[in-house]
Amino acid sequence: MSVIIQSLSRNKFYNWVYKNLFSSWVNTIMTIIAVIFVYEIGTFFLNWAIFNADFRTNFQGELITDRTFCSKNISPGEYGACWAIIYARWDQFMYGLYPIEETWRVNITYALLPLAIIGILFDKLPYRKLFIYFTFLFPFIAYFMLYGGPGLSTVGTNKWGGLLVTLFLGVTGIGLAFPLSILLALGRRSKMPIIKSLCVVFIEFIRGVPLITLLFTANVMLPLFLPDGVNPDNLLRALVAVTLFQSAYMAEAIRGGLQAIPKGHIEAADALGLTYWQTTRKIILPQALKIAIPPIVNTCIGLFKDTSLVLIIGLFDLLGIGRAALADMTWTKLYYEVYVFISLVFFIFCFGMSRYSLYLEKKLKTDNS
Amino acid sequence: MEQVIQLEKVNKWFDDFHVLKDIDLTVTKGQKIVVCGPSGSGKSTMIRCINRLEAHQKGHITVHGTELTNDLKNIDIIRKNVGMVFQQFNLFPHLSVLDNISLAPIWVKKMPKKDAEEIAMSYLEKVKIPEQAKKFPGQLSGGQQQRVAIARSLAMNPDIMLFDEPTSALDPEMIKEVLDVMIQLAEEGMTMLVVTHEMGFAKTVADQMIFMDEGRIIEQATPHEFFNNPKSDRTKLFLSQILNH
Repeated sequence: MSVIIQSLSRNKFYNWVYKNLFSSWVNTIMTIIAVIFVYEIGTFFLNWAIFNADFRTNFQGELITDRTFCSKNISPGEYGACWAIIYARWDQFMYGLYPIEETWRVNITYALLPLAIIGILFDKLPYRKLFIYFTFLFPFIAYFMLYGGPGLSTVGTNKWGGLLVTLFLGVTGIGLAFPLSILLALGRRSKMPIIKSLCVVFIEFIRGVPLITLLFTANVMLPLFLPDGVNPDNLLRALVAVTLFQSAYMAEAIRGGLQAIPKGHIEAADALGLTYWQTTRKIILPQALKIAIPPIVNTCIGLFKDTSLVLIIGLFDLLGIGRAALADMTWTKLYYEVYVFISLVFFIFCFGMSRYSLYLEKKLKTDNS
Repeated sequence: MEQVIQLEKVNKWFDDFHVLKDIDLTVTKGQKIVVCGPSGSGKSTMIRCINRLEAHQKGHITVHGTELTNDLKNIDIIRKNVGMVFQQFNLFPHLSVLDNISLAPIWVKKMPKKDAEEIAMSYLEKVKIPEQAKKFPGQLSGGQQQRVAIARSLAMNPDIMLFDEPTSALDPEMIKEVLDVMIQLAEEGMTMLVVTHEMGFAKTVADQMIFMDEGRIIEQATPHEFFNNPKSDRTKLFLSQILNH
């Protein structure tokens, strides 16, 4: 019996291979080219990144403390990546110039972040209400842990850097932009002409300008709009720009969701005597946001990557820290290692968001409501 | 008889299109009025003006002595007394049947959740589907959905009910279950304004028949008069088309 099943499933496998990979000459050639291509690139990369690479020690077994110890610099042509720069600069990649003895505060914040997000992501999570409460509590905890307060020494944002800045801008920008974008999207559909035009102008202006321009504007011009003596630090200025930028894009994603709600639902709510805000909160937004989540996640992926632009205004996000590491004479010229590492970190976060969006799309399709 | 709805010389335009032309109509308490007419005749628009889903531009509409103007307070007062049932049911798909019905009592009447749900259950029993309370609208048949919509409207305890082609979107075998609920409601003395082409229902329930065409009320009469002795040619033509098909 099991032999039959085995041969059946083997047949199935052969059939699949034949049908999908070798069904015609063209297909066969494409398959062979693709396999050779993937094999060549794959082995080259794996050899470079893992098998011929240095991690903490070189091929002679010495601990690598500067670039001259890298195997590839001792014996050129034979060896691959020298990851020692990542080890040596690990703290900077993770925390920037955050005082080493205080980095436990950042680590705790990193550890709490998933707990703060998970309640928003999964609607069938057990004890979801508690997680959502924590979500709202988290910004205060994070502020206290990262910046300091009673009992904790103050660490100015000029000391923040690396992944900390990237995540701070990404998560806070998205978190602040979300409520703002809901208001913008509702405003754009408002019957009140002044509110409507304000929202349209705001959204279209922000969408018509590159993020870099907004970052420069926030950096240079924000102090001009504020009263004398109020001088927000650089990170806060960048946060303002990022939030405004993200809110405009998110508002458009949410508007798409709003447009999908049948007019009849609103009429039914009107006929029952519900007010505009009751209808919005209870009828329109729950449906519209559900539809809009995949495009919202897409804008979040975009924003997360765009945060690396802040290095232009002198902030050291992950990319900025990487470039600073390369500027250090001890480690200079290890470009590939640094950029591959940074790409990997960005990829992990963005790929995670992308998978989540796919998961949601599937879930929305199977939901019966 | 106490007048509950009064329309005086009501006119409405959609841009250039003159949908309602000098509509005069008086509805007294407990009256059941069936409105019929070809599509585009303005019958839906007329009843949608009564709870201000559409705004009229000329004339006066008074409900329970409150005139409908741009004053939002008046609109709120009137909407609390006037229930409406739509052709497309318009249930809220993300809420359970029970939540659909208890939503307005909780938020508009500020009723405690428990009381609102009790009321919701009692109306679900009235429309004979209490066992569906926990389901979502998407899991119900069209007839069941429309009965939930009626229960949702009744839960606000209105004294006037507007029905905008309540059976037009239903499969034939489900029409009866909805009409039965409406007949029961009529027997209990509810004031009803019904736009429908169900002439059987009209004969059983209506006190007055109204025939509309091109934005005007062409004929208003008792069902007996209306069906046996229609006055205008337009009405005769309409009746022959709809009764003989």
